[in-house]
Amino acid sequence: MAERERRSTPPFGGVFVARTQVLDADDVRRAIWRMAHEVLERNHGLDDVVLVGLQTGGVTFAEAMAEALAKIDGEAPPLGTLDVAFHRDDIGLRPVLPSAVTEIPVDLTGRVVVLVDDVIFTGRTIRAALDAVHSYGRPRAVQLAVMVDRGHRELPIRPDFVGKNLPTRRDEVVNATLEGVEIGEMSKEHR
Amino acid sequence: MSARHLLGIAELEVADIERLLRLTDSFVEVGRRRMPKVPALQGRTVTWLFYESSTRTRLSFEQAAKRLSADTLNFSVPTSSVNKGESLRDTVATIEAMGVDAIVVRHASSGVPHQVARWVSGSVINAGDGWHEHPTQALLDCYTIRDHLGGLDGLHIAIVGDINHSRVARSDVWAFTKLGAEVTLVAPPTLLPPSVEGWPVRVDHDLDAVLPTVDVVYLLRMQRERMLEALLPSLREYTACYGLTRRRVDLLRDKAIVMHPGPMNRGVEIAADVADLPRSVVIDQVRNGVAVRMAVLYDLLGSGADLSRDLPGRDAR
Repeated sequence: MAERERRSTPPFGGVFVARTQVLDADDVRRAIWRMAHEVLERNHGLDDVVLVGLQTGGVTFAEAMAEALAKIDGEAPPLGTLDVAFHRDDIGLRPVLPSAVTEIPVDLTGRVVVLVDDVIFTGRTIRAALDAVHSYGRPRAVQLAVMVDRGHRELPIRPDFVGKNLPTRRDEVVNATLEGVEIGEMSKEHR
Repeated sequence: MSARHLLGIAELEVADIERLLRLTDSFVEVGRRRMPKVPALQGRTVTWLFYESSTRTRLSFEQAAKRLSADTLNFSVPTSSVNKGESLRDTVATIEAMGVDAIVVRHASSGVPHQVARWVSGSVINAGDGWHEHPTQALLDCYTIRDHLGGLDGLHIAIVGDINHSRVARSDVWAFTKLGAEVTLVAPPTLLPPSVEGWPVRVDHDLDAVLPTVDVVYLLRMQRERMLEALLPSLREYTACYGLTRRRVDLLRDKAIVMHPGPMNRGVEIAADVADLPRSVVIDQVRNGVAVRMAVLYDLLGSGADLSRDLPGRDAR
């Protein structure tokens, strides 16, 4: 969620201008497959595992990972999507609106929830997600998979599965999709 | 929302209504959770200023505020200093001095919420003012119709009953037509406003002729106190001409739904067995009311839509 949200909401709004491509589509696909294997290894299979993609950037990665897991292990784990807007700590400081309706298909009590997001930055989206997850039951464990870890954490949160560690400046913007990962800036032209 | 208040549907843009309905979708999902509460409005305080009786609207707002983790201050006019002769202005100033972020106002006189909005720095939500507007009712009606029929654009909606004394009818007319529905008002001439000029509606007096053409029939509560004003010969005659009886339900299209803002007078504007038919969505209206009011409170107090201009030059976070 993090990057896209920052791009689309004023006063951060503007147009993303890519400067460097860090990973291409094949690299991203290979990273997702590696993370899928790591999820299997860590959990000794997929028993009780639920994938939850964070809106909006994490959802396509969660879907891709579910697809990879199905090919590796024969069966896809349950897949949900979570919009953390109402659990954020910056409500009232900037415009915070949900971009999609949350959909958690199973009771999370006793499950291993693997949160999936595109980019981890300050860690605040994940804090909100941890808070939100508990509205759906008490998971046995919560793990975190991200395509890109760009550093600059403001909270004691660390991902379990990382596609790419990417050192960045705070004012840079990272765009991670299935088509690739790019670093760039927001242009000064605000919409 | 245009400003920090929700005073009426008439002044809302279509985009405002659509944003609130989209936000309601998210809060309906929150209501289905095992723990149906979010921390979104922690530390905010909401209070009620109800000068007219109400059960469902007040309870619905209270449930909405609590599910958003807002604190609620209960103010009940019958047990308050209003009985000692305190003026509205002094009451509002007192409440505001205690530090509230939103005041939900219901009053028998039209325009009171607008007046209160001029006095306070917090948000004001109109929960019904005289014969003027009841915006959250209209929003939950729109949401319920959208939920059952997929949208309002192109629908034909009949609003039946005491239009003149109904704030629900006024808010609904604005909301339904803004979202693209056609509205026909059906009532005896004595219960219509003196003029509907400027209202984007048609008027009919023959319910039997209208029913086969509608997607929604919206019944208003027949306010019994109107009998005293000699606007109707008798309630039985009203029921005979304008009540939704079993026979009339059979005139409706298969998918048409029956709505009522409550409280229902079974046997007057709606037959007892009609109120319990599957096509009657009265209970859905109440259920959706909580989510709609969460959306309104969150939009005013939490979404920060009016704060963005106060946030220059923050860093990328």
